[in-house]
Amino acid sequence: MHVGLTHFLIVSAILFTLGIYGIVTRKNAVMVLMGIELILNAANINFVAFARYGNFGLGGQVIALFIIILAAAEAAIALAIVLNIYKTFSNVNVDEIDKLKE
Amino acid sequence: MNYFDIIFYLFAIITVVSAFIVVTTRNIVYSAYSLLLTLFGISGIYVLLGADFLAVVQIMVYVGGILILLLFGVMLTNKITSVDIRTGTIHLLPAAVGSGILLGILWAVMTWTDWKTYDTQIPSTTIFGLGKILITNYVLIFELLALLLLIALIGAASIARREETEENN
Repeated sequence: MHVGLTHFLIVSAILFTLGIYGIVTRKNAVMVLMGIELILNAANINFVAFARYGNFGLGGQVIALFIIILAAAEAAIALAIVLNIYKTFSNVNVDEIDKLKE
Repeated sequence: MNYFDIIFYLFAIITVVSAFIVVTTRNIVYSAYSLLLTLFGISGIYVLLGADFLAVVQIMVYVGGILILLLFGVMLTNKITSVDIRTGTIHLLPAAVGSGILLGILWAVMTWTDWKTYDTQIPSTTIFGLGKILITNYVLIFELLALLLLIALIGAASIARREETEENN
């Protein structure tokens, strides 16, 4: 069976599911961020695959580029928040932090 | 099975296996390094899809930027003296069942849907086309993203420094 659009979509679906699994099961906030990165990459693979096998020109690749930029901004802000949480509570386990301040 | 298929399966296996390690290993540093392999695998998939510029951007921004940031996050939020940096896990079984069902649904939808595909020729390079489309059709989003990156930079710096300035006052 020749590799076609479906194969790329299935790789993306597996990555998305693994990202969801990582977000749900991990306690450490940095690990949750890694799960989010996996999900964003899965979305990106879908965009690029449809741009390649569809008839839309380069629009899909431009959107994928924008998603990469948004992921960079998101990671910077989220890690700043995580560092602040660590300063306040001395741990970053998302199941133990249930207050907005000390 | 031609070269394209073999290379695709190679990159797909690298991507999926290392992504699996990212979400299952208990050592956070191992997770971060597995994420490196995942991002490289995805970059290879971009090359196979004819997105050469995007593959380079993926390596530069994700591996050179976001992954280093995540590693900084790991190092700064754990005791330096503790050698093994481990993370706890919760709800393992419900999460596995739930994401298994989700994967089944997604897999079925992706496989059964009759995607209308066009076998277009891959252009030798996409840089010219991307540059042109970025400053014509998508110029508003492009400029807004530049503004967003500036705001994110200032915001991240001010959030991370907040405690120190309060102490000074």
